Amino acid sequence: MTAAPGSSTRARPPRPKDAPRGNAAVKRVAFGVGGVLLLVALWELYKAVGPAEGVVVGDLTILPRTTDLAMPHVWDMITRLFGETGSGRNAVPVWSAVLEASAFTLGVAAVGWVVGVVVGMLLAVLMQRFRTAESAVLPWIILSQTVPLIAIAPLVRRWGSQLEFGDFTWENWMSVAVIASYLAFFPVSIGALRGLNSPDAIHVELFRSYGVGWWKTLFKLRLPASVPYLLPALRLAAANAVIGTVVAEVSIGLRGGIGRMIIEYAQQASGDPAKTWAPIFGAIAVGLVAAGFIALLGVLLRRYRRGEVPA
Amino acid sequence: MKHSTRLITGVGALAVSALALAGCSSGGTDGGSTDSADGELTPVSLQLQWFSQAQFAGYYAALDQGFYEEEGLDVTILEGAADIVPIDVLTGGDADFAISWVPKVLGSIEQGAAVTDIAQIFERSGTTQVSMKEANITTAADLKGKSVGSWGYGNEWELFAGMGKAGVALDDISLVSQAFDMNGFLAGDIDAAQAMTYNEYAQVLESINPATGELFQPDELNVIDWNEEGTAMLQDAIWADSDRLADDADYADTAVKFIKASIKGWAYARDNPEEAATIVTESGSQLGESHQLWMTNEVNKLIWPSTSGVGTINQDQWDQTVEIAMDTPNETGATVITEEPPATAFSNEYVEKALAELEEEGVDVIGADYAPIEVTLNEGGN
Repeated sequence: MTAAPGSSTRARPPRPKDAPRGNAAVKRVAFGVGGVLLLVALWELYKAVGPAEGVVVGDLTILPRTTDLAMPHVWDMITRLFGETGSGRNAVPVWSAVLEASAFTLGVAAVGWVVGVVVGMLLAVLMQRFRTAESAVLPWIILSQTVPLIAIAPLVRRWGSQLEFGDFTWENWMSVAVIASYLAFFPVSIGALRGLNSPDAIHVELFRSYGVGWWKTLFKLRLPASVPYLLPALRLAAANAVIGTVVAEVSIGLRGGIGRMIIEYAQQASGDPAKTWAPIFGAIAVGLVAAGFIALLGVLLRRYRRGEVPA
Repeated sequence: MKHSTRLITGVGALAVSALALAGCSSGGTDGGSTDSADGELTPVSLQLQWFSQAQFAGYYAALDQGFYEEEGLDVTILEGAADIVPIDVLTGGDADFAISWVPKVLGSIEQGAAVTDIAQIFERSGTTQVSMKEANITTAADLKGKSVGSWGYGNEWELFAGMGKAGVALDDISLVSQAFDMNGFLAGDIDAAQAMTYNEYAQVLESINPATGELFQPDELNVIDWNEEGTAMLQDAIWADSDRLADDADYADTAVKFIKASIKGWAYARDNPEEAATIVTESGSQLGESHQLWMTNEVNKLIWPSTSGVGTINQDQWDQTVEIAMDTPNETGATVITEEPPATAFSNEYVEKALAELEEEGVDVIGADYAPIEVTLNEGGN
């Protein structure tokens, strides 16, 4: 990133850097596509040369079977995407059903992510402001992540169903979003706390010596400084929100999303093995869109990304 | 230039979040499916054990055909899921009635859940152990030395009781934990796999037999039927809250109406299996059409013909279920229950009232001349 603020760049002639940058982008895409192709090639290669009964050591299968039942051909999976979901009146192409379910899951995950980020940021600010809050809250934040999801999912649904204010009624998708946010807030609160505490003492003291108040220090110094810590945390939170949404959908049976589709198609795994992979592709697509969104966020915040540190 | 790229990325970010929110708002309207516009109807909710599928065809048919409405009920059907325990939802007050297997509920009752079986819809058990013909497993005694599949979680008791009766100890078999699909069985990891007649058995028949290149045929399989082995346990029943039945006359009244309309729904599913299967599919079930029809037909066989009127809890079958639940240890030595369940665990009072009213209306609640239809399964159940 250029360290200089935007004012000076406008007058400059086109930078020679631009050309290699364009190449770098092409290269990155090529590497990405290459990675997928490599995975496909590995899959098909193992399927072609691997033993039909898999590799078994003692009673333990360490490499899977290569039958069409266990490992359908990649092209079968893709062809199946363009087939129909069934033969009846409600049948639609599988890809369109998967797309619809993915959009639904993405939406719920996005709500869960936003709630998780807001809660995580608030907790981080609170812990940064009050040392006692940090020692009181931090252990609970860590403990919260040790509670298994399958234990809290039905509870959240039941508590939610008892909520009712006026015209507002709690919907099941909100329970799923809450569970997603429960997983998403954790990395944000930890990452943001580290980020808020990251400015050098010398900078903090400078602000203090100018008599700048805590709020202004937060917005002008601590928050900008926290960005390099925050972005990886937001990325983790996005991944957690997607996983949380899919698992919670399975857990409480929310209709419409990828999670439930995985279970429903899994019931046909014996007779239609390629179909079970369709919702898995959908889940991957949701994850990619979520990751892409965070990448965009990173571009928007690039002014503050000096020396990004992995979370 | 820099500003324009920033603008584009900003718009892009907005578009993604707008998309995300749009996906979500379309989901929001998807949740509830009740039209509770009519204030005259009593709202009633029914918690199922699993997703919408033909196992619950009678309830969906009663809803679709307006049988509940005729009784003045506005019924909402709540689907189950992996971590939803119907009896917990019932005792938590979030559903008025619940569908669950008797042995699964007996354990909850012993732990203090005050619930009553008010109608035993399934008279026969749909649980079997399926094996390939060449493995030659035709009775429980043949399981000795084989790898035997079970889902666990309360689905194993009929199998264990059947083995106990045949003198096969748990150490004599290798117990394999089975997944949702039948791939473990088809791959040969499991010699005798657990299968519901209405679901997993059909999954096998919807799969290609690599030896013949065609779908598996019933004559290529052996089936151990626990009804024939004498260790069947009661399955799908309608459960109600015992305390509310005792204290709340309106609830007891609603229970009778609910049973009555439900049985009417099951009679509809018996006489119109194709239509009933379609109703279930249109309620949002993702199962294939031929699988759905197969399930409707097989579930009908578990209900019809009925010995003493659909929903009646037959004392001998109840006793057999309780006896197995008390006397059959699992692999850890535990039994479902340690003592007889309380008298409130089942009651024929409500179903008898419902049956009397139905007979008056001329509804056939015995189905003496019931004959199942022939269902042709397609590959993948489609």
